[in-house]
Amino acid sequence: MTAIRARNLSKRYGGTTAVADLSFDVEPGRVTGFLGPNGAGKSTTMRMILGLDRPSGGSVLVDGRPYHELSHPLRKVGALLDAKAVHGGRSAYDHLLAIAQSNGIPASRVNEVLETVGLREVAKRRVGGFSLGMSQRLGIAAALLGEPEILLFDEPVNGLDPDGILWIRTLMRTLAAEGRTVFVSSHLMSEMALTADHLIVIGKGSLIADTSVTEFIARSSQGYVRVRSPRLAEVAELIKVSERHPDHLRVTAMSTLEIGTITARAGIPLEELTCVRPSLEAAYMELTKDSLEFTS
Amino acid sequence: MIDILRSEWTKIRSVRSTVWTLTVTAVLMLGFSALLSAAANSTADGPIPGDQAIKSSLSGGMLASLSMATLGVLVISSEYRTGGIRTSLMAVPKRMSLLTGKIMAFVAVSMVVCAVAAAGAIGIGVAISRPPSIEMGEVARASIGSGLYLTACGLFGLGLGTLIRHTPGAIVAVIALILVLPTVANQLPGAWGRTVAAYFTTNAGSLVVSGQGNDSLGPWSGFAVYLAWVAAAVISGAVLMRRRDA
Repeated sequence: MTAIRARNLSKRYGGTTAVADLSFDVEPGRVTGFLGPNGAGKSTTMRMILGLDRPSGGSVLVDGRPYHELSHPLRKVGALLDAKAVHGGRSAYDHLLAIAQSNGIPASRVNEVLETVGLREVAKRRVGGFSLGMSQRLGIAAALLGEPEILLFDEPVNGLDPDGILWIRTLMRTLAAEGRTVFVSSHLMSEMALTADHLIVIGKGSLIADTSVTEFIARSSQGYVRVRSPRLAEVAELIKVSERHPDHLRVTAMSTLEIGTITARAGIPLEELTCVRPSLEAAYMELTKDSLEFTS
Repeated sequence: MIDILRSEWTKIRSVRSTVWTLTVTAVLMLGFSALLSAAANSTADGPIPGDQAIKSSLSGGMLASLSMATLGVLVISSEYRTGGIRTSLMAVPKRMSLLTGKIMAFVAVSMVVCAVAAAGAIGIGVAISRPPSIEMGEVARASIGSGLYLTACGLFGLGLGTLIRHTPGAIVAVIALILVLPTVANQLPGAWGRTVAAYFTTNAGSLVVSGQGNDSLGPWSGFAVYLAWVAAAVISGAVLMRRRDA
């Protein structure tokens, strides 16, 4: 069954539209990246999935039901939204215990998740003194408490050191490999390139792409072949050039093999014949450049 | 619901501010009883009558009502301040269940702490002022009455906290409603003014502590009027909590 199903989801705050007519499915067994520039509506969408914000239109179902109809929701869905949104006066253990009790999760699970995220040593310390990295780990511990099939992470790597980033990346891949649904938002394309199998890209609250990571790159218009030659003008006569630069040509309509064959027949030496593949980052910039809320 | 209650109890007991506020409430009750009973003792000509001794013992009630109202506000507003309300609502997405759990946990804790503190205050007061006779029924009634009154003040705070979602704002509102405005209402002129004053929040609610009626209301009808005020705050808060984004 589709883990998360959004249909024509919209959210307006006064006159501003945060999310507009958004439809997508999130499937189990893979990491789905939820990508968009800051202010694109990612967090709003996540809050609507979790029943925190009421949609202005459309609907979103979790495991076939609206979130608020799940009886022990944390056993089905675990989420990390804002790691710093905890009462600083409570110890990590008590914070997790209160969450566990509300869903009938045994207290022994609290120690297990503290162990998993590496906070066992500081379990009795007040969370107000935690670093951002420790808070992120605490938030992830809370998400894992009910051993949920569906996990949502909102910008989980923000503010983490390289160790922490690697840890989260490995954790998300492991959870997906166990057959769970992992839905993770980020504005960092490079991070998603390493973690996600599938991408849902939004900009200004609307869907831009819903595709696999490989397809996403392939579909981008940024790929081209770079040709350099001491006899560049002659080469330009023979092939379909899309961009002419003083020292090289850019070709999008022909492959390296086609160009190489033509120039070889003509006996023109080539200095360079390179297929320049777009990075995921470039593909993303290309796709979202029209939907940036704020441009510098 | 039992799961939610256990969770809310953990939230109350695991934060210093709530534990401290409860401690302050108890200390205020006991301290003022000792102070005022000793004062009454030194100024009295003869032996102090039993009902007078109980009354002096409970003179900390006014300040205790403020600390309990503050606690009521904190139970909900601290979650809005920290953003912890989102974690709570993810765990318990049925908002009315969450609010009901909070209310029930708060009422249970507050009733126990406040009734025991009131009984203790009477014990201290009586030990100091040594009235010739004292009715145990009256002691029980005054202790339970104090517990009910202080708990209602706390619920008033909880309702306003849910409504306003902002700690300082809600505390100002609840102090105005339980302390400042009732005094102002007492200054209203004429028969109409006296009726308004008699029905105004704690003017009506505190009758259950003293066990004596005012012009218009008896102890229990007065408390019922106060509960109507509290219910208005809690219900408005609940309606907005259902409707608003968290």
